[in-house]
Amino acid sequence: MSLRTETAPVRTTAASTAPPTGGLPAGGAARRRHGRFVPYVFIGPAALLFLGFSLIPIVTAIALSFQDSSTSLGDGTWVGGKNFTDMASDPLIGTALRNTLVFTIGTVPTAMAIGLALAVALNRPLPGRSVFRALFFVPMVAAGVVVGVIMSWIFNGDYGVVNNLLDALGLGRVPWLTAPGWAMATLVVVVVWTRIGFCMVIYLGALQSVPAELKEAAAIDGASRWVRFRTITWPLLRPTTSILLILNVVFSLQAFDVIYVMTGGGPGFSTTVLIQYVFRSAFIDARMGYAAALGLVLVAILLVFTLLRQRANKKAEEAI
Amino acid sequence: MALSVADPTRASRPAPRRRPVRPGRWVLVAGLTALAVLMVFPLYWMLVSALTPGGQAQSGTFSLFPTRPTFENYTQVFSTQPVWRWLGNSALITSVGTALSVVVSLMAGYALAKFRFLGRGLLYSAFLVTIMIPIQVTLVPSFLVVAKIGLVDSPWAVILPTVFDVVGIFIARQFMLGVPDALMEAARLDGAGEFQTFFRVVLPSCGPLVGVLVILGFMTRWNDFLWPLVVLQGNENLTVPVALSTLTNNPAFSSPWGAVMAIATVTVLPLLVVFLAFQRQFVQGIASTGIK
Repeated sequence: MSLRTETAPVRTTAASTAPPTGGLPAGGAARRRHGRFVPYVFIGPAALLFLGFSLIPIVTAIALSFQDSSTSLGDGTWVGGKNFTDMASDPLIGTALRNTLVFTIGTVPTAMAIGLALAVALNRPLPGRSVFRALFFVPMVAAGVVVGVIMSWIFNGDYGVVNNLLDALGLGRVPWLTAPGWAMATLVVVVVWTRIGFCMVIYLGALQSVPAELKEAAAIDGASRWVRFRTITWPLLRPTTSILLILNVVFSLQAFDVIYVMTGGGPGFSTTVLIQYVFRSAFIDARMGYAAALGLVLVAILLVFTLLRQRANKKAEEAI
Repeated sequence: MALSVADPTRASRPAPRRRPVRPGRWVLVAGLTALAVLMVFPLYWMLVSALTPGGQAQSGTFSLFPTRPTFENYTQVFSTQPVWRWLGNSALITSVGTALSVVVSLMAGYALAKFRFLGRGLLYSAFLVTIMIPIQVTLVPSFLVVAKIGLVDSPWAVILPTVFDVVGIFIARQFMLGVPDALMEAARLDGAGEFQTFFRVVLPSCGPLVGVLVILGFMTRWNDFLWPLVVLQGNENLTVPVALSTLTNNPAFSSPWGAVMAIATVTVLPLLVVFLAFQRQFVQGIASTGIK
């Protein structure tokens, strides 16, 4: 009884935020009695803006990737697949790919694991629970640029508070942003800091739909908290985990603002991830065609990753 | 939320399985508190540095708060830089951009959810594919489009290309799918035209949706960086985040960090206020971008 009063309100709020696809077949009556132009009036503005500011630029970018162009479209000459074959002999591609991999593997599982732990901890009654939720979420609100300048200042080698503390403790100063290995590690920590709140919120939402009856039943059977988590909660969270994984990987592959402000890809090329290299090729090396080609490679990686994940999900669902 | 509603009923009846509060719980709270301090520290430090006089901030000794807090950094940066202009630009771009984008998203979401028309599936998939494409790829071509219309360095160069917002359209469509068709039928039977049906009947039932769209739109626009960085050029035409990124190497300041942190607080403050006032919608909005 008390269980039902507890779960019912949760369900209704969940339903009002993410309504199930339902209702009658879409707009049957509308088609019968009204002009066929009506839907086009509603979709029109979006479609026009999509054409002008999305589709045309995308098509242009594809065209650009087959050209040798220094500044903009028009002055380039068609070079076929040269931009793509050039990548094979560009040593920086390997560096950028390796950095991207390190950055992604460093940020994604860490942020997800901490976010999940916090969500589980905050999913039961605790003193100050809502305050904790708000505090963990706050970093999400800050712009990438703001995060970048604050963290550059905190990790500043000469005056930063972290190094001042280490100095006061008698430990040495660390070149957080000025030595290759350290710079990447610092960026990973900073980006994880911005991402924990997001993972926590998504996991919290999913945890609310794990039926309390199941866990209580397992508890009566004497299952420990860890066993309950592993055998009940974790499998039920699988769809959420895979969505979060895709989103986090996409975020990490597209992470730009923080890296741009904090290291600009340096020192050397030690924090130049793929997206940073695209930007660099276009606006610093003035190789627009090459940059466009690099961008398409990045899009291809994103697509392949998403498709792989979707297939793995389908297989997992079939297995259950 | 729901749990706190349910708690009193639970407490009023005998709760057989309710265990006494164990010491483990307090260890957990202590751990969470430590982590919360770490999470908030960077923002605290931003404020502290903004209130620390320039010279003192740039020292090698460790301290957690300024000995004599002042607004010196603020007065200096506000008197030497067009900060009010930056804030005005950001406010204009954010409010107009959000308003337009919410209207466009609501209309598109309505069409995609409630009408069947030629090309609907194709258009919707094409919309969704653009989520995958990072802005760096289309940065140059988009810039060319904006330059061709002659908008470079005007707020409209930032506003127009971001009015089309795939995530907004997606959220709107998902929500509109749940609006009962009977509602629209009834309105039409009463003789309402299509636009009356949309504005007078459908939209009023979409309150939470509009809240989420406005807050998400406000946040992404206020924080946007790369696109404004490329299309805005004159110092007095910049938005706050772009201006902030240029401040660290501005020759006007001998010790720029105090000024930078002062502007950083000004950048974060509006969103922080919105977040505290509309926490639930905020979290809901962020979460709904994840439910794809």
